[in-house]
Amino acid sequence: MMDTFLLSRIQFAANISFHILFPTITIALGWVLLFFRWRFARTGDGVWMDAYMFWVKVFALTFALGVVSGITMSFQFGTNWPGFMEAVGNVAGPLLAYEILTAFFLEAVFLGIMLFGARRVPGWLHVTATALVAIGTTMSAFWILVLNSWMHTPQGFELRDGVVHATDWWAIIFNPSMPYRLGHVLLASGLTVAFLIAGVAAFRRLIGDRQAGSALQLRLGLTLGAVLIPLQILMGDLHGLNTLEHQPAKVAAMEGNWETGPNVPLLLFALPDEEARTNRAELAIPNGASLILKHDPDGVVPGLNDYLAEDGTPLHPPVAPVFWAFRVMVGLGMAMLVLSWAGVWLIRRRGGADALPRPLLWATATMTFSGWGATLAGWYVTEIGRQPWLVTGVLTTEAAVADVPPAMVLSTLVAYLAVYSVLLAAYVGVLIHLARKATAGDPSLQAVPPSGLARAVPAE
Amino acid sequence: MIPLDATTLPVIFAALMGAAILLYVILDGFDLGVGLLLPLATPDERDRMIGSIGPFWDANETWLVLAVGLLLVAFPAAHGAILTALYLPVAVMLVGLILRGVAFEFRAKAPVAQKPIWDRTFFAGSLMTAMSQGFMLGLYIMGLDWTPGNLAFALLTAAALTVGYSFIGATWIILKAEGALQRKAVDWARGGIWGMILGLGAVSVATPLVSDRIFARWFTFPEALLLAPLPAMSLLLIGLLWVALRHLPTRGDQFAWFPFAAASTLMTLGFAGMAYSFYPYVVPERLTIYEAAASPESLTIILIGTAFVLPVILAYTVLAYVIFRGKATVLRYD
Repeated sequence: MMDTFLLSRIQFAANISFHILFPTITIALGWVLLFFRWRFARTGDGVWMDAYMFWVKVFALTFALGVVSGITMSFQFGTNWPGFMEAVGNVAGPLLAYEILTAFFLEAVFLGIMLFGARRVPGWLHVTATALVAIGTTMSAFWILVLNSWMHTPQGFELRDGVVHATDWWAIIFNPSMPYRLGHVLLASGLTVAFLIAGVAAFRRLIGDRQAGSALQLRLGLTLGAVLIPLQILMGDLHGLNTLEHQPAKVAAMEGNWETGPNVPLLLFALPDEEARTNRAELAIPNGASLILKHDPDGVVPGLNDYLAEDGTPLHPPVAPVFWAFRVMVGLGMAMLVLSWAGVWLIRRRGGADALPRPLLWATATMTFSGWGATLAGWYVTEIGRQPWLVTGVLTTEAAVADVPPAMVLSTLVAYLAVYSVLLAAYVGVLIHLARKATAGDPSLQAVPPSGLARAVPAE
Repeated sequence: MIPLDATTLPVIFAALMGAAILLYVILDGFDLGVGLLLPLATPDERDRMIGSIGPFWDANETWLVLAVGLLLVAFPAAHGAILTALYLPVAVMLVGLILRGVAFEFRAKAPVAQKPIWDRTFFAGSLMTAMSQGFMLGLYIMGLDWTPGNLAFALLTAAALTVGYSFIGATWIILKAEGALQRKAVDWARGGIWGMILGLGAVSVATPLVSDRIFARWFTFPEALLLAPLPAMSLLLIGLLWVALRHLPTRGDQFAWFPFAAASTLMTLGFAGMAYSFYPYVVPERLTIYEAAASPESLTIILIGTAFVLPVILAYTVLAYVIFRGKATVLRYD
């Protein structure tokens, strides 16, 4: 029988992994919708309204999933991790309160106007509501990432009787890892949406959609991806250097490096073995890690063996999950780079997205949810990489867990997992259904040839 | 100017949290009630019922997030004590809220053949949420101990709150619907008013019996006299509701607003009575708001923000209700 601590960790990981899938779409999709809405207002071209009408449905569905899975998170603090708020509530509390007050209500109220108010409010107010929803989702990301970053790199507080008291709010909000983490997550959201839009559009092209709308969305998604991925690689590098400075044990686990020293290779493949404290089956690029982290082949990279207690208990995070999650994230990022640049290059060469070869369409459709994969892998790197700490140097994860019978945690965990699996399947099913419906609205697929003036009718 | 310190801040935050809970119970109460009444309606009526709450439900649910958020940030010690004691009903409620919230979207976007499944999910989610909230209310009143007697009482309040929510849901539909659906809603409200009476009655009888302290609060002179308006007004409102439901709907749709207004006021009165009983405890008879409060520095920081932001939130919430005033229609995105 597993213990309450491990089960609670699995439960929190399951809940937050399910949750992050949806905000990571809505944060950037809100801005993309605003762009569609603005282009339609400027050009009057129906193709932009079609794009808006298609993606606003996805947005509404995604938003609802994000809201309900987020509520679960706010209760989990109390049900499973009461020690967290008791120890650091004086810092975490105000940050969470500001998120609710400045973001949740804003997005929730104006979402109603954005979705259902088009006929009831003037155009400018509808555009404003769309903008406020986008601002709300981004504000929400800001506050929660401030708190998350503070848990990684805490400052601006003092400990009195084991309880954290805030002393400098400026230092708390602008803690050392916050700007990098926020940038990294916002870019990840942009990339997730870029490949989601491109992937769904590619799927529509593959099943016979010949409308200008799907070609436009395909081009738009791939272009957005091609622009954002180099920025993300740069931001990831900066974030990694920041982590090296503040959480060296995490970087040591990411690199699978056991001994501190110069000329550390970049491991492309390895099986980290924590028992033997070494790697098996290494495939490495000499000096690679030193070059990336210190921009110098002789640069000294921290090793995991520096983080051992006197009795040999590891004070560093579990190595294999961090090591592998990091490689999944970087691998997906590389795949995004290759695909989006190849796509944009082919679009320019062939004079349009409607002339893209089928293998590239297949590859793009396969990558529809690549942003989810990379986002989750990235979160696993940073969150597992913080262990055994919940708040670095202040509170261990084990000290915060609730004293609840394991059977209770297990039964609720099973219930959540069952609900999440069904909802995830239903979500992807609805996306496919909406894509098919939009394709079926293609006049060129209908039996009676439409007149030359007919415009693609948005499928409802 | 009231000083912001360890004696005043907990009271201010307890009041804010109470306001958030009350707003949640009324606002999401009618959303959940509409979900509970869904199986009684025809498919076409269901679309209009859901249309009447579509633009609001998300913001309404946010009051629950604010309430639990305030408990979390202002009374961290109580947050842990209450939520670990209510571990299972909280999990049931969360799954219920998830199902209800997603069914909203899926029923309109999934293939038409699946719509009945999502309508049933909508009902099931609303039912799980209402029952678990009523159960938690009962257990909280009894002091959060899982004894057979307390559980029996919690099951009673679970049933009563569920019927109470469907009652306020029916009054919302009376306000937002017309024609056959409105007449049906009047029937539903007539059937549901019993739940409201039973619920208020059970809580009123049980609360003073839980502890001598609460009993003394209600039945000593002269406080008892000052409190008399609370039960008196409740009885008056129930009487007026009874009469109104016999005569609604009227020609020209006058007084369609009255049942909803009266139901909201009843919930407010009941809540005020409970708040009076339990003050100054946040965990009944165990932990006061002063003992459980976070540090004054942190509370001050939150309060400053709240003072600026809460009026804005209330303003744009009112704006949304004004924009979507009048009889509800089927929801459209264009």
